[in-house]
Amino acid sequence: MIEVLYFARIREDLDVEREQLEWTGGISDVAALIAYLCDERGAAWSTTLRQENLLVSVNQAMVNTDHQLADGDEVAFFPPVTGG
Amino acid sequence: MIRIQPEDFSVDAEVTALRRQSRRIGAIVTFIGLVRDLNDDDEIRTLFLEHYPGMTEKSLTKIVGEAMQRWELIDVTVVHRVGRLQPEDQIVLVAVASGHRKSAFAAAEFIMDYLKTRAPFWKKEETATGSRWLETRSSDIEASAEWDRN
Repeated sequence: MIEVLYFARIREDLDVEREQLEWTGGISDVAALIAYLCDERGAAWSTTLRQENLLVSVNQAMVNTDHQLADGDEVAFFPPVTGG
Repeated sequence: MIRIQPEDFSVDAEVTALRRQSRRIGAIVTFIGLVRDLNDDDEIRTLFLEHYPGMTEKSLTKIVGEAMQRWELIDVTVVHRVGRLQPEDQIVLVAVASGHRKSAFAAAEFIMDYLKTRAPFWKKEETATGSRWLETRSSDIEASAEWDRN
């Protein structure tokens, strides 16, 4: 399983906070996960997950989209941060 | 000490606790971030702050660790609030204790600059006319990038 979390504007745009996906070897990296979600769920997901400034973390550390995924990973999608 | 909480904090209590960490402390610099009343001319009713439990604490720990490596510091306190805040409320406290003032000033600025661009917090303004997620300011990105270069 891969746990996928969505935060802030991304969560609101997609109307999902977290979900578990069956992990298959086909979802080899973050880019493949994004491609899978966009193909599966259509235009709104493509618009949201393909925006230029989307940030991604795996197991709570920032990563690039070529980061390899493994069973049990926690992936999160979120917009640029605005704390402080 | 790093804490994320919905409750308000007392700067006095935090600074007192920090002072008691060591008798070698010669300087404490504090930064307090507040909810401003006005932003781009819309009146703010409330500010909603969201975070990523777990990752936010980890990233703040990492930022403070980097500051400890860059400067000779004695201790650092970061308290960041989440949830629904009102104008004039305190949002964040960074307090840096060191032997001398220069490193404390520099480290406080570094921690805030990195917090603004690397710690997963998101602000949403809720006004009379609706709500909107804030965008990262380019001046914040530039300030953080400046530390990367130096």
